[in-house]
Amino acid sequence: MLEPAGSNQSAQMRCVRMDKKKHCVKLSVQPSRALMDEKFIVLVQNAPPGFQMTIHSLHHSEDGHSWEAFGHYTADATGTVNVSQDHSVGGTYSGVEPMGLLWSLRPVPGSKPHLRFRKMNVQTPMEVTISVYQGHQTVFVDQVQLASVLVERWYMAPGVRRIPVTESNLTATLFLPPGPGPFPGVLDLWGGGGQLVEYRSALLASHGFASLALDYLTPKITLKTGKMVENDYFETAYKFLQQHPQVSGSRIAMMGLSFGTTMTLKMAVYSEVMKLSCAVCISGSHIQPVNATVEEIFIMFDTKSEKTRISEENEVIWHDVVLPVPTDPGMKADVGRLQCPLLLIVGEDDQNWAAPESAQDIKEMMEQAGNSHLLTLLSYANTGHLIEPPYTPHTRASRFKPVGSNELLVVLWGGETVAHSRAQEDAWRKTLAFLRENLYSRKNSAVTFTSHL
Amino acid sequence: TREQAYPPILSVYPSRALVDEAFKVLVENLPPGCPVTVHSLHLSEDDNYWEAYGHYISDHRGSVSVSEDVSFGGTYTGKEPMGLLWSLRPVPGSRQGLRLRKMNVCTPMLVNISVHCGHLVEAFRDQTPLASVLTERWYMAPGVKRIDIRERGMRGTLFIPPGPGPFPGLLDLWGGGGGLLEHRAALLASHGFVSLALEYLTSGEIPTARLDYNYFEKAFNIIQDHPLVTPDRVGIFGLSLGSFVTFNLAAKSTIINPRCCVCISGFHCHPYRSMGEMIQTNLNKLHVDENNYQIWRDMSLPIPSDISKKVDMGKIKCPLLLVCGHDDQSYPAVELAEDIAQMVHAAGKDHLLTKVFYHGTGHMIEPPYSPHFRATTFMAKTKPKVILLWGGQTKPHSDAQEDSWKKILAFLQHHLYSTPNPRAKM
Repeated sequence: MLEPAGSNQSAQMRCVRMDKKKHCVKLSVQPSRALMDEKFIVLVQNAPPGFQMTIHSLHHSEDGHSWEAFGHYTADATGTVNVSQDHSVGGTYSGVEPMGLLWSLRPVPGSKPHLRFRKMNVQTPMEVTISVYQGHQTVFVDQVQLASVLVERWYMAPGVRRIPVTESNLTATLFLPPGPGPFPGVLDLWGGGGQLVEYRSALLASHGFASLALDYLTPKITLKTGKMVENDYFETAYKFLQQHPQVSGSRIAMMGLSFGTTMTLKMAVYSEVMKLSCAVCISGSHIQPVNATVEEIFIMFDTKSEKTRISEENEVIWHDVVLPVPTDPGMKADVGRLQCPLLLIVGEDDQNWAAPESAQDIKEMMEQAGNSHLLTLLSYANTGHLIEPPYTPHTRASRFKPVGSNELLVVLWGGETVAHSRAQEDAWRKTLAFLRENLYSRKNSAVTFTSHL
Repeated sequence: TREQAYPPILSVYPSRALVDEAFKVLVENLPPGCPVTVHSLHLSEDDNYWEAYGHYISDHRGSVSVSEDVSFGGTYTGKEPMGLLWSLRPVPGSRQGLRLRKMNVCTPMLVNISVHCGHLVEAFRDQTPLASVLTERWYMAPGVKRIDIRERGMRGTLFIPPGPGPFPGLLDLWGGGGGLLEHRAALLASHGFVSLALEYLTSGEIPTARLDYNYFEKAFNIIQDHPLVTPDRVGIFGLSLGSFVTFNLAAKSTIINPRCCVCISGFHCHPYRSMGEMIQTNLNKLHVDENNYQIWRDMSLPIPSDISKKVDMGKIKCPLLLVCGHDDQSYPAVELAEDIAQMVHAAGKDHLLTKVFYHGTGHMIEPPYSPHFRATTFMAKTKPKVILLWGGQTKPHSDAQEDSWKKILAFLQHHLYSTPNPRAKM
């Protein structure tokens, strides 16, 4: 249980070596347990004044890879470094970056290339080890830490309930906030990679929305029958939410990213069954053959492979596939018919989808139709395709297998890390405010919501 | 109802925290000027419900901020960000003399916070709230390790902070109620101290065993010997009888040298072989109040001037922080502390002693936001059951818990982490 006394000796030396007066550096992160979208304060105290140090973060992902980030700091006259207030002069981020230790996480040297951070099990926290090293280091493998603490980052707030949904042939997971409800609902769609991706819904439920993460490309029914779902699958999901005793049937939103945007706009504009209170569309477009099935639309993107470009690093660029923006109204969702508020979020460096160009066209169509007062367009410079919840590490290109293909490609998503990370933070805050405004607020009061974010 | 169409949004930030961290409770999306009750509910490990509540009125934006707004009634009033925790008390109909104590520190204390329409005073659990959320209050920070210690005849639990160390250490001693209480040691480890919660009396029995100081010295050595502890930076933290033990070790031990000591609600004068003997000898001074709760305070008065009946506090060699409440009804803690101060002064060692006294504060000075209990069952297995009056009024006692903890942590940080020098700030 207790180790031999010999190791005590070298442990003590660590303190002494720094300074004759035997300073023992104290590291704290507050809060040590938080939601994924909450900020923390990393504080180092009791270092010698002017002491150079590296603050390092390390995460071992579910798929067995190690991710790290670090900043170079110098302690002030009181021997303190506060990451929220002080400048990093080097590392994976620089300047005053309270959350740089998370958003600048990248695979450690020697890792396989083209990895993407994604937590699939949302019932456990993302664990990050924050440590302090002496000096301005860039390699950490054989280094001795001066101090280290563990931080938990959660997708689910306490009391959030996770409920797998399989009725009516749906493959979905419902996340319910704690409390009696009823809660407004969100139908949450990811993109062309398929699978049941839960983390955004878990986070939405932690903010008071009953959120249904829906697998619509690889649901069990498709795997069993080989047939892709049709419009009624989404309508069934909508009705499931609408009829749920803890969901306010008249306040349901739909949110999609990438191909999920295509589906969201399709349903928002054309569905007779779905009466959405609002829609959020991230990194997607309205370009799609009208009156086509889901399968027809999905295949349509595949067949345009002659517009695929390959970068110098052999990354697949699908940006041009939907371009040029069609003039034929039969090839675009008729957004002029939208009756609910729409939040469009696009990255101007999106290499996977011509989202900014589509957004421009959507704006023009809505202006012509007279419903552009419903549109909020957030366009972020130097931001790529994968606009994820805040502090999710940015991936410029990663391995991707689209549904229906056996080929594992390296796809270029785009984005420059600092700008992309700022965009994620801003877009999420505005997404939550948009959802609250349209799903919670009272009609006659101008409600502003205080945010802890 | 129309109101139900727009439910309020209730949030607690942070939703997961250490027990000594503050939170912000916010209600939004209410109608403006709406009276509401914010309510907290906790089901303890021994299956009792505890609750607290405050009465608020929303502003023009329909918001209530517990951190910033005034409570007009309930278990606390005024601007009290943490009132929903420190004013927790057993729900109506509960047994007398209950104490809220978490024994399993590996899981969080779960508190349900909810908001109700109107200013309610009772029957909360019969009403569906407008909204409710769950918050977790932890004694252990992530990465803190808990290790059972059963060696050299010791019985205790060691808590180790995360990281390579080395760390300073603390021996954590509770009072005459006995048993193994881990919650303070777990919290201290969450603040960077290797802490050993030591059991030295079996709970439920009247302590009749003579205190064997050898046992405590061995426990102190166990901490020093741990590879993650800096051996010359180990202190002692005591409460009540634990303080008495600490005074003895600090003044008399030739084997151990604590770097500093924290003593809450202590007494240095106990010329008896047991609590039982103390009571027998002073039965005429054992009073009861109107509820038949025992008041032990006068049994320790007057404080003898004969030094042979006391621990000679002039012999201490390390810094000592004394924390006491003026309304301590089990021991005259302030008078005792002043007596200690005189002895320390006579020995020319004023620089070692810090005294902090709080008005309206009783004997059981716990970590912040712990619910105050004015009287609880003590030594429950005795027949008849004894309920002791600890004293304190809830609001000032809770303020004292909050303030003293900050001072205690700063004191420990200063003496166990930093090298004390004239320029260093506390």
